[in-house]
Amino acid sequence: MTLHDRLLALDRRWVFGVLAVFVIIPVFLKFSVPITPVKEVREIYDFVEGLRPGDHILLSLDYDPGSMPELHPVAYAMLEQCFVKKLKVITLTLSTTGAQMVEEAIKDVADSCRIYHGFTPQRGIDYVFLGYKPYPGLIILGMGMNFRIPFPQDYYGTILDSIPMMRGIKNYDNVKGVINLSAGNVSDYWVADGNARYGVKLALAMTGVMAADYYPYYQSKQIFGIIGGMKGAAEYETLCKNPGKATDAMRAQVFAHVVIIIFIIIGNVAYFVGRRKNAPTQESR
Amino acid sequence: MKRQIPLVLVFIFGVLLAIQYFIPSEPSQKGYEFVLDWITIIGIFAMVLGIWSQIHVGYYKIRHRAEDWKYSVVTMVSMFGMIFLGLSPFGGLQGTTFRLIYTNIFIPIQATIFALLAFYIASASYRAFRARSAVSTVLLVAALLLMLRVIPMGPLADPINKIGSWMLLVPNLAAKRAILIGVGLGGVATALKIVLGIERSYLGKD
Repeated sequence: MTLHDRLLALDRRWVFGVLAVFVIIPVFLKFSVPITPVKEVREIYDFVEGLRPGDHILLSLDYDPGSMPELHPVAYAMLEQCFVKKLKVITLTLSTTGAQMVEEAIKDVADSCRIYHGFTPQRGIDYVFLGYKPYPGLIILGMGMNFRIPFPQDYYGTILDSIPMMRGIKNYDNVKGVINLSAGNVSDYWVADGNARYGVKLALAMTGVMAADYYPYYQSKQIFGIIGGMKGAAEYETLCKNPGKATDAMRAQVFAHVVIIIFIIIGNVAYFVGRRKNAPTQESR
Repeated sequence: MKRQIPLVLVFIFGVLLAIQYFIPSEPSQKGYEFVLDWITIIGIFAMVLGIWSQIHVGYYKIRHRAEDWKYSVVTMVSMFGMIFLGLSPFGGLQGTTFRLIYTNIFIPIQATIFALLAFYIASASYRAFRARSAVSTVLLVAALLLMLRVIPMGPLADPINKIGSWMLLVPNLAAKRAILIGVGLGGVATALKIVLGIERSYLGKD
């Protein structure tokens, strides 16, 4: 068996092994990679920055633990940006397994605000966490009429009307925009039910594999921005001047992608060498 | 009767909701809220049915020692264990044990499964992205450029981002939009067939 035959029939465990090594190594190396935010990420940042203190914004954190590495950094950076700008943040989750994660994110960001900005965001005054409810389409439609229809109470059982920051806040008309962080088809519901039916100003953050599917909505201006995958998260952190886990993970992502590209090149070289060697010569013809 | 009542209900609600969507007014809004409440109630029944079905299937497999019955034991123990711990008298959703299991078992399991995807994608890329023909070469070049776009490239980032954005916003968008329009038209046609009682497979065989 020649070298190119062996490369073409390479056991996939070799690919797995090499990739694992090159994902692990950068975790222990300290170097920075340049991050250039793209337009669709910058637009979301500019939107949040353009809001005035006291404005309400809704963050729908609809992802599960499997997507934490890509979406949690966005949630952290965005929550901190909102708190520092003194926005009133309404959070909820439409993911079955999301409630604990959202709670953890809010708690961590509140701690960060206390340490780095000298204030602690207060539940009910600076933010509210509505919790989880099933059937995302129905919940999004229900909130379009009144937040109190799907969420009469917040996650901790407090009646919505008794929460100071929710007084006078009836539906999407009272929030400046919705940013949906999603790892599934909840984004479809936000586009179809939130934006198309109620005209919600909507932006999406999603996993890398999903992003390409949502560009038609960006081009048609149904959404005003997209944060795609870990790179999008790192770009958002860069814009917020708040480097976190996504920025750190860029090192591993660079290595992983370079390894995959090298594998693809090796595979193609082996393929062409094999094809040339197996091609019939003039004499054999 | 068993088939006619659902057909009539589907027709009435299908037509009313279509009218409601295009004629927004106070009464139609009230009607819509009423229907939403009912959908939620029916949805909750569906969830109960799902849980019952899970228990029924699991119990059957364990009792008859069907293939992979041990996985059903794990499913049943996990399901009832989490329900037990999640109920308020035993700590509730804020309880330490519930949270410990969520943080130290559930999150790592989900993260691991999703992370494995990267390895399968890498292996699939190695085998699939070969320049065998003009079309596969286009696929290969597009994949390489989009992969480079996801890497911070320093001074090269700007041109690669521009090419990548063009690929996403022009050829990708054209194909996606064609698919979306096709799916949308298909959805409208199927909805019409269901509302008018032409498509009846949702009624089952009985």
